[in-house]
Order: sequence, then C-alpha cells, then structure tokens
Amino acid sequence: MWFLAFFAHRHLDFRIAEVESLVKLCGVEGQLQWKKPEGDHEHSPFYYFDLPSEEVAKKVAGRSILLKGLYEVWGSGHTVEEVEAGIRAYPEERKAPFLGEDVSFKVVVDGFGKAFTMEEQLQKMERFAFIPWKGPVRMKDPDVRFWIIDSLGGYDPLGLPPLQDRIIFFGREIGASERGVLGKYDLKKRRYIGPTSMDAEISFLMANQGLARPGSLVFDPFCGTGSCLIPAAHFGALTLGADIDIRVVKYGKRGHTIWSNFEQYGLTAPVAILRADNHQQPWRNDIRETFHAIVCDPPYGVRAGGRKSGGKKLLSGKAEPYVLTEQQKDGHIPSTAPYTLAECLHDLLDLAARTLVIGGRLVFFVPCSVPDYDPKQLPTHPILRLVANSEQLLTRKFSRRLLTMQKTGPYTDELAAAAAETSREFRERHVEIVEQSRNEEIKALLCSSKRGEEDGNEVEVANGDDGEDGDVPVTEGGVRDELRTYRAKWC
Amino acid sequence: MRLLTHNMLACNIKGVTKGYPLKIEATKTEEKETDFNAGFLRHIYPKLDWKALREAAASLGLEELPEQVEPSQLEDEDFLRRFHHVLLEIHLEEGALVCPETGRRFPVSKGIPNMLLNEDEV
Repeated sequence: MWFLAFFAHRHLDFRIAEVESLVKLCGVEGQLQWKKPEGDHEHSPFYYFDLPSEEVAKKVAGRSILLKGLYEVWGSGHTVEEVEAGIRAYPEERKAPFLGEDVSFKVVVDGFGKAFTMEEQLQKMERFAFIPWKGPVRMKDPDVRFWIIDSLGGYDPLGLPPLQDRIIFFGREIGASERGVLGKYDLKKRRYIGPTSMDAEISFLMANQGLARPGSLVFDPFCGTGSCLIPAAHFGALTLGADIDIRVVKYGKRGHTIWSNFEQYGLTAPVAILRADNHQQPWRNDIRETFHAIVCDPPYGVRAGGRKSGGKKLLSGKAEPYVLTEQQKDGHIPSTAPYTLAECLHDLLDLAARTLVIGGRLVFFVPCSVPDYDPKQLPTHPILRLVANSEQLLTRKFSRRLLTMQKTGPYTDELAAAAAETSREFRERHVEIVEQSRNEEIKALLCSSKRGEEDGNEVEVANGDDGEDGDVPVTEGGVRDELRTYRAKWC
Repeated sequence: MRLLTHNMLACNIKGVTKGYPLKIEATKTEEKETDFNAGFLRHIYPKLDWKALREAAASLGLEELPEQVEPSQLEDEDFLRRFHHVLLEIHLEEGALVCPETGRRFPVSKGIPNMLLNEDEV
C-alpha cells in the first residue's frame, strides 16, 4: 500500500533513512520502496512510501521524529478541482467506513512554508463540503482525522529553488508523529549537560537509526553526559555508557550527574557507567554478539578532542613509565594523550564488529569536508555494511555525517587482521582530511546547531585535560567571541 | 553497576592473561527495580559466563542460582525473575573489582567502576 508522507522541513538528508530504520524496526524485511510525487525534487516534504499495512504505517509515523504523518490519499492535484475529481473517483468501499454516522472526525488544514489563518482554513474546508460526512465533528480525539495539505507552490524557506507547482492533497491520517516528545528532552531543560551534549532531535534520530527498543542493549563508548543514550532509554532499551573523563561521569555539576539525567526523565538507569578508555577496552576478550547497537558521537572537536590512556611522552618513547607507590595509587589520575580520529574510528569499528549482534547497528558521526567529500574517505569494515549516510551541514565547507552500519556476519581473527590493514590505509588517506578539517573545525563549532542550543546554559568544559601535557587549543571565551563575529557574518 | 556489567568486565593490564572474573569487594550495594524483559534475558544468557555470575551473586550473599541452566528454564517465568533480579537489580555502589591475577584494585565509587589504567599498565 502506498502512503503519503508529509515531512517536517528539517534534517532533509536524514528523512528516508529514518523511515527505512523504523520500517525495519516494525519487523518488515526487504528494501523499502519510495517515490517522490510527480515533478518534485529531493527537498520536497512529500514522499510516497510502500508499506505492508496501515498498522506498520501507524507505528512508523508515531515513532518518527522527522515525519509529520502518513496518510491514505483520497485525492491530489495542482488545483482543487483535480483533488475533488480524485476524491469522487476514489473507491467507495475505501471511503464509506470513515464517513458513517458513528465515526467522529476532524479536518486539519496544513500548508508548507506557510501557516493558514483560521479564516483561510475554513475557506479551504468548505471547498470539501461535497464529501458526504455523516458522523459528528469532534475536535479532541476524533475517530478519524482528514488532512487538507496545500503547498501553494511554496518556496524553500532556506532560499533553495522553488519546490514544485502548487500541490494539494486530501487524505485520511493513518499515523501522526509524536515529535512533541522532543520538547521534554530539550537540552535547555536538562539538568546536566556538557559542551558536546547531543541535541534532543539528532539524538532521537540516532536512537531510531540504532533500532532502540525494549529488550535491546545499547552502548555508547563516549557517553559524556549520556545525551546519546537517553533517547535509547526512552525507547525502552537498556543502556551502557563509558567515558574516559571521570569528572563527567562521576562528579557531574552542582549535584547533577549522568544518573540524575536518567532520573529526571524517569528512565531506567544505565546498566553501568564506566570510566574506561575506548583504546584499552575493559571487556573480556570473548565478548561477542552482545550489544544490539553502539550509538555515539566520537570525540573529534576542538573543545572535546579525543584522549586515550598514557601520556604523550610515554607513548612516543620519550619518557619511561613511572611506577607508582601504593600511596600514590590512591587518587592518582593517569595521564592521557591525544587520540586521533582515525585511530578512534578503527577501535570503534573493531568494537562494533566484535560485540554487536548480527544485524546490530553502529551509529556514529564523522566530520567531513563538504567540497572534498568522497565516499571513499569513510571508514569501512568487512562485516559492517553501510546502510545509511546522512549529512548535516554545519557550514558551507564543513559537515558531519551520521553513518549507520549493520553487522552482516560473525567476527573472526582473519577479519580482525584484514580490518587492521584497511584501517591502516584509511589512516594514511585520512591524514590530509584531518589536517584540513582542523582548520574547518572552528567554523563547524561556531555554526553547529548543538552548540547553539546551549547558549542559554552555563557550560563548562567537560573534556578532561588531566594529562601532563594536553592540548586545549581554544579557550571558552575565545570561542564565544569568534561565535559572535562569525554569526554576524554568516548566520 | 549491575552484575551484568561485572560479567563483561576484565582486567586489561598489558601482559595479564587471566584478568577474569574480577573479584567483588563490596562496601555498599543497592537494589533498584528494573523492567523485566524475558526476551532480553534469553538473548543475554548464552553471552554470560554463568559460573562467574553465580560466584558474583554468592559473594554478595544473594539467592543462589543453579549450577546449570536447562533450556526449559529459560521459558520458566519464576526462574527468569530470579535471574533478572540477580543480573539487573543489584547495584554495586561502593567497593572495588579486583584482578584475580595481579590483585590490582579497580575502585567502584558512586556506582561507577574506574577501569582506566595507570601509566605503567598500558
């Protein structure tokens, strides 16, 4: 059955990936079929999806963050006359069950890029008075909602080319998004956040990509304040987080910790929060096929660059490891050294290949240069298949991509060796990209939506520089000043 | 941290071959209710080191788990509830995890195990 999808005009590159994931979450196998309405372009808010049943459509819409809803279209066209002809021609047996005396209903009028006044809405509704409704109108909790969606041939609010000629849909609502849940999880209202806390909308998209559901176990090896795990817990998954920075995971801020974030929303507390290093993972060697998803935002930013165990001098062989006396061991804070993105991604992909269940998903962000983007730059692994790649533009030159990889088979030692080789090649290729992105990073930092959302909060640097010789290249005040200058120019 | 986590953690100091299972030194444990999900328990059961879980439960003075689990028990709600309780509802809040080979103590405080290694251990 084909259903009309009406999308919220946000994160355009994430929309189809989200629907695909949610359809899979409903247990539907096989490739999702979708199409754009005639004459449309990819930024259109209107798509058609082929789904096996209304039940699936209802579930997909309910859990979706980017859909407004899914509809059974009774008529569509460029003019109201065309729509009317469509509705009249639509099979009687499809319409009759929803027009009877005992079916309460409501008509919703919506547009794209424009909100209609009450008067305009009434005018549009009257045009559909030819439909033989017999049931009572009910504004609250009606049995059926009918939608008149009139695009008016709108222009993209972002200044992109015109979307299409005016297109009007009349349809019956099958399912509507519970997007409103995002309000509850808004970072502004969260008790404990850090500078790299993931904003609610994107973190919910990540949880959907990770197919988080009751009975699944979701791990974030760079959990910070828990922002990538909270939506997974919201969807009923058990969560597990690790972070190298003890200040974030244990002490928190003003009495609030990662635990209190879960409490705030009444979510099941994580199975564990660990202080651990992604490079020296504390798992037993034979852990296989245990996690259903690994969902994370690996550290690559200026304010929260990656760290791993061992001081810089120690790892480069310039200094001998020093042996701690028993007395010193109490309260000793071990040194950390910078952890490059390529190294970090290799460890992450290996972790996923080992510990994910077959069919389990690794969902993570990578930074990319927009002009020089080449899919060959993306990390790969023999048993991790890329199933979605959604770009979020941060500036004209810099973006981050949410990659979703699915594990396709069991992990073997031969695979581990092959993956190490791939990773070495990736690392070499990546050096140039990373060099370039360093220059761009600052811009990304300035325009990224997740930083923006934190403006109202007092933010402290949550990343640890508890090593002997760490690099913290940008100070907080400096970033704020640059932010103002940059926004005045570009945003 | 719950016993599920304990079951997955090992001492990863360079050169250590038998860093598992970690011995639990508990000074404070807490009980926290967790949603019961039979499907999850059936998924996780074969991934666990059952002996390590039994010993961990015993060291905390919890109700005994059977030495072996018959496949039929994974369909038995009474058994699954007991298994769920031990695996997911007991939290080690304060104490330490001790490596069986080196005796290295990984402190657990405010429910968070610190598994980070010192400079001479990586």
